[in-house]
Amino acid sequence: MRRRLLALAQIAPALGDLAQNFALHQAKIAEARAAGADLVIFPELGLTGYQLQDLAPEVAMRRTDPRLQALARLTSGGPSAVVSFVESTDDHRLFAAAALLEGGEVRHVARKCFLPTYGLFDERRFLAAGDAIRATRAALGGSAVQGDVGIGIGVCEDFWHPTLPSILAQDGAELLINVAAGPARGASVDADQGLGSAASWGTLLRATAALTTSYVAFTNRVGVDESLIFWGGSRVIGPDGVVLAEAPLFEEALLLAEIDLDEVARARTALPLLRDERLELTRREYDRIIATRAGLEEA
Amino acid sequence: MKGESGSAPHDELAIDPEMVAAMCRSFITSHVASTGAERVLLGLSGGIDSALVAYLTAAAIGADRLVAVLMPTAGSSPSSRADAEAIVNDLSCQSELISIEAPLAALIANLPAGESVTPLRRGNMAARLRMTTLYDRSALHRGVVVGTGNKSEMLIGYSTIFGDAASAFNPIGDLYKTQVRELSRHLGVPTQIIEKAPSADLWPGQTDEGEGGFDYPTLDRVLYRIVDRRLPLEDVIAEGFDREFVLRVSEMIRRSEFKRQMPPIAKVGGRSSGSDYLYPRRRPKLD
Repeated sequence: MRRRLLALAQIAPALGDLAQNFALHQAKIAEARAAGADLVIFPELGLTGYQLQDLAPEVAMRRTDPRLQALARLTSGGPSAVVSFVESTDDHRLFAAAALLEGGEVRHVARKCFLPTYGLFDERRFLAAGDAIRATRAALGGSAVQGDVGIGIGVCEDFWHPTLPSILAQDGAELLINVAAGPARGASVDADQGLGSAASWGTLLRATAALTTSYVAFTNRVGVDESLIFWGGSRVIGPDGVVLAEAPLFEEALLLAEIDLDEVARARTALPLLRDERLELTRREYDRIIATRAGLEEA
Repeated sequence: MKGESGSAPHDELAIDPEMVAAMCRSFITSHVASTGAERVLLGLSGGIDSALVAYLTAAAIGADRLVAVLMPTAGSSPSSRADAEAIVNDLSCQSELISIEAPLAALIANLPAGESVTPLRRGNMAARLRMTTLYDRSALHRGVVVGTGNKSEMLIGYSTIFGDAASAFNPIGDLYKTQVRELSRHLGVPTQIIEKAPSADLWPGQTDEGEGGFDYPTLDRVLYRIVDRRLPLEDVIAEGFDREFVLRVSEMIRRSEFKRQMPPIAKVGGRSSGSDYLYPRRRPKLD
């Protein structure tokens, strides 16, 4: 059995207050360690807050930033951690990034590829979009005998573009991690849990797990930035699309959930959707559509 | 769609009150914390909107940190005052009674000789005197002013800019009047306050619905279609809503856009507030 204990840190970051947020992350990593967790996952921009606007360049960090390195060192004795921050680069671009900290180091960084810039969102105005979708291998507290775990990280809106979790799964992810700063909207008794955003995310996450036959761990923040109230509801979903554990709405929580990665193998044997995916067919059709849109091919 | 086959019409504005109350509490708690305020001040009229905000604030940060300020004029109805006092007693919060009749009379007496004041101007003056009083009291109490305007009245412009519309934050500004009522029932706001006709209380017998020629349930359903669902007016009318009423509501929204925004600042320099100088209201000190 390849069991791992996940801890989803549903926190309320303070907008722009790096010192306070770093302290909160340190405390939650300690709490997760005490609970025996193998991986603790923090929400999108948990180290900086979400509605940053012109604060984004002021709170941005290189992945070599000493503060981030110090946080990474806390993972040398476990648990591993996924933390999210504004990443600045040598060419002075800013990304909404999520980093895997493991064994005392920053092991992997995923940059948000899809920046919502519509309705209440204005991300593209302040941030650059990531250009890579990569799964990675992580020990997550496991021994060499147990082997690594294939993980894929997406940031919030990334999962609303199903190509992204689909590519992560094809690239080797067994555990799909979504770190989110999802604002509540659409309060109505007609929606599951009385909240439109919770209902639509619930559908999306279960479908993503089922269609990729992967575990999905969704960590959404709570608290308030300006007008936005973040709804929480962090959850872990099995590769059959069944919710295994779920945190409350609007309240801080450390949600613990045990997963068994062997379930992924069994799910993919029973339902070999990933095996049967036709990557060359998908690519050929996308190539055709791209060429047609560019006027290079007759419609 | 729910309700189509049943006898009761489907209520598209129905909310889960426990969940919305949790959202509002979280919003209030967070904004009070980020301002560092010790207390929250609120103008308590005896009407449902300020009553609801009082109950939400007390639930969020404790009634001991809520200061309800009662600011009647000579024209305010005694029953409004009694309702406000019932809320103060029920919540056991601090309260202050500061009549604005004298400053209001002084403002009017100070006008050029022979100038008569319309009820609209008088109402706006009263709203802005209440704002002045609240902001001054908030300095004394090291508090912040919480807003009490609801979505319905703000959308039709039934509010006074820099008067009752002024606040540090507003927890109920995205709730229609119908939803304000539902949430108020859930939070135990006294029944007589929920059931009485909404009124600006500018003169005896005045009601919003009588003066505006609408009822809130219908108004809210029209607003929801125009604003939230972005339906063309003809589609709203086709659903059976009165044409004249729909057009009038649309006009009220259009003409009051300015009330829902900060004033534009002429952009002259390189970086300007509101245009390209965009920071959170409370900005932490960075190393």
